[in-house]
Amino acid sequence: MTTTAVTTAPPEDRSRRLLERVSRARELGIVAAILIVFAVTTVKNHAFANGASIQQLLAGASLIALLGAGETMVIVTRNVDLSVGSVLGLSAYVTGDLFVHHPHAPIYLAYALGIGVGALIGAINGAITTLLHVPSLVVTLAALYIIRGIDAVYANGKQIDPTSIPASFQKIGSADFHNIPYLAVLVFVIIAIVAYAMRSFRSSRDLYAIGSSPEAAALAGIPAGKRVFTAFLISGALAGLGGVLFIAEFATVASTGGAGYELQVVAAVVVGGVAIFGGSGTVVGAALGALLLNTINQALVAAKVSAFWNQAIAGALLLAAIAFDRYVALRVARALRTGGGAQDGD
Amino acid sequence: MATNALSISESQRPSPIKGFIRWETALFLLLVGTIVFGTIASPNFLTTTDMFFIGLNIGEIAIMALPLTLIVITGEIDLSVASMMGLSSTLLGYLTQQGWNIWPAMLAALVVGALGGALNGVLITRLGLPSIAVTIGTLTLFRGIAEIILRADSVSEFPTYLTKIGIAPIPHTQIAYSVGIFLVLAIIYAVVLHATSVGRSIFAIGLQQEAAFFSGIRVKRIKFLLFVLSGVVSAFAGILLTFRLSSARFDNGTGLELNAVAIVLLGGISIFGGRGSILGVVLAAAVIACFLTALTLIHVSAQVQNIVTGALLLLSVVVPGAGDTARRLRAWLARRRAASAAAATIQTAAVEASNVDVLAGARVRDDVSPTQTDHAEPTAGGLPVEGGGIADRGD
Repeated sequence: MTTTAVTTAPPEDRSRRLLERVSRARELGIVAAILIVFAVTTVKNHAFANGASIQQLLAGASLIALLGAGETMVIVTRNVDLSVGSVLGLSAYVTGDLFVHHPHAPIYLAYALGIGVGALIGAINGAITTLLHVPSLVVTLAALYIIRGIDAVYANGKQIDPTSIPASFQKIGSADFHNIPYLAVLVFVIIAIVAYAMRSFRSSRDLYAIGSSPEAAALAGIPAGKRVFTAFLISGALAGLGGVLFIAEFATVASTGGAGYELQVVAAVVVGGVAIFGGSGTVVGAALGALLLNTINQALVAAKVSAFWNQAIAGALLLAAIAFDRYVALRVARALRTGGGAQDGD
Repeated sequence: MATNALSISESQRPSPIKGFIRWETALFLLLVGTIVFGTIASPNFLTTTDMFFIGLNIGEIAIMALPLTLIVITGEIDLSVASMMGLSSTLLGYLTQQGWNIWPAMLAALVVGALGGALNGVLITRLGLPSIAVTIGTLTLFRGIAEIILRADSVSEFPTYLTKIGIAPIPHTQIAYSVGIFLVLAIIYAVVLHATSVGRSIFAIGLQQEAAFFSGIRVKRIKFLLFVLSGVVSAFAGILLTFRLSSARFDNGTGLELNAVAIVLLGGISIFGGRGSILGVVLAAAVIACFLTALTLIHVSAQVQNIVTGALLLLSVVVPGAGDTARRLRAWLARRRAASAAAATIQTAAVEASNVDVLAGARVRDDVSPTQTDHAEPTAGGLPVEGGGIADRGD
């Protein structure tokens, strides 16, 4: 299958155009799916289209989309970060605890603390993965449990009380501007920045190169270790920021906060068209994936289908997404092969 | 063709085997150390009743770790095992609630296990999807189906002659039923893996999938059957768990995939595939069981035990690569020294053409991170290109 028959000069930009078209089609497909789910549910239950409901849709998807941006950077390099849920939980608890002990702590300090905690853990994950040549799946799976354990020891059975979280700090998480939550606006801005960087910066293009072909990237002189380390660092920092926003949104957290988020994040990213074996996918797609999953969840509630169905549907959707991606990848490969005039590899 | 495959795996074997004996010896010493630690920590450790409880907490997980071992050796992974446990537990409870006799209900749970495993297998081998993504998907899917079936209910009306496995050991011994079953299964697995052609095929697939394929091994069929096996055995472990807890709930066994993966990797099974032994897995299960029990005896909470399990998991992948890491570090330091020496020469002496060359050479090499320049196998930040289950190797 993977014969290098394509090398007989298929016009460079021709194949790129095809790939670009496919990935754009993918994002449009998700948008279409979101709109269809939204429309169908609205027909069944008119309340689904009102402001409060849309606000819930956006707010619910925001944290997953934020974590998905970091996760995309990691997965694109053919790695995975399963520790994001635990990092979010620890960061949320530490940030909350700051306000418990110092009720008048400046808000920027809370952000710095949460992001710092996340970045530190991301750096550790990245260092172990790149310096020791250990598969990130195992490293971050271990980190998932170790950090959750540290969180539990730190929290010691207590939970952060909403009364100790200052109202000015909660504003970013709970207030809204004409039904558009500040939280969603902030996440939108961050995703726009990351998306721009992933598209235009040379160092971010390196991430794709590493994921597409590690050998080729090494031969091209790309410092894979540095780049992968940075991807983990950013993923950790964004998960840390997610923790700060979590406590700002819900104002309470126990040591189990954010448990299971890693699965939702991976599901959103993969549904959003990021290939789990690296090399392709966009941050915007991941964010749309998060929005789609949350829209489906809310639609189930609005259609009075029991919430017990959420998990099964998320799982089925994840499987459908990777199967669909595989199908498209095969079609593209075939189109490139015949389009380039090369012999069939099989 | 078949002899060809054997010679390939044979030629690659000596070094892993040598490494292996050491790994299992290390595990054995670790086990002895853990037992000594436990005995010092609490006088109750290793008393007859405690032997029973040590096994009770690990039996089902260890049983799930056996088929997972074979899957990891072929270079794939199955993260859905604990969810299948929960699904089988839920189904057993639901069918009993609907008035089914317990035996057909158990059979139904096993059949669902086989179907779930077959779903994993088809998606991975026939569609060529990466096993990590597929089994994260089915992890969510199976648990979700369990949640749909039983919702927030729990079922606890099971025959007492079955639920007694949670409170009584096998008669005339101090061995928990699940541990007894695990030991019998481990012997069968060891024979199949280490003494039959099927076992050799499994190693061959993990070492070089393409070579295995071209020497006539039915790679896809073997992988498919391993996932079905994993489904059935996980469902069986779910049945045991249900009887032991005397309770069927949809969230039974949540998170146990970590423990199963930890046992497999601590047992010396390479996450890149192709290496490992059942003896290592049995020893690893014993180490983890003894260690966690000792921690419980000295009143270390379950959350801290998670930290310990996670750390063991991490160690089990870091330690085997320690030699490589040290070598890379030395090479890197040497290059650093060469680079700084060259820089010093430049600063003090007149700029000679040869020195410029040295400096330029050193700079170029320094730019390329040391992690790639001297590492033979192509990896991207630790994930293997041709192994570890994340790379697409379906075709």
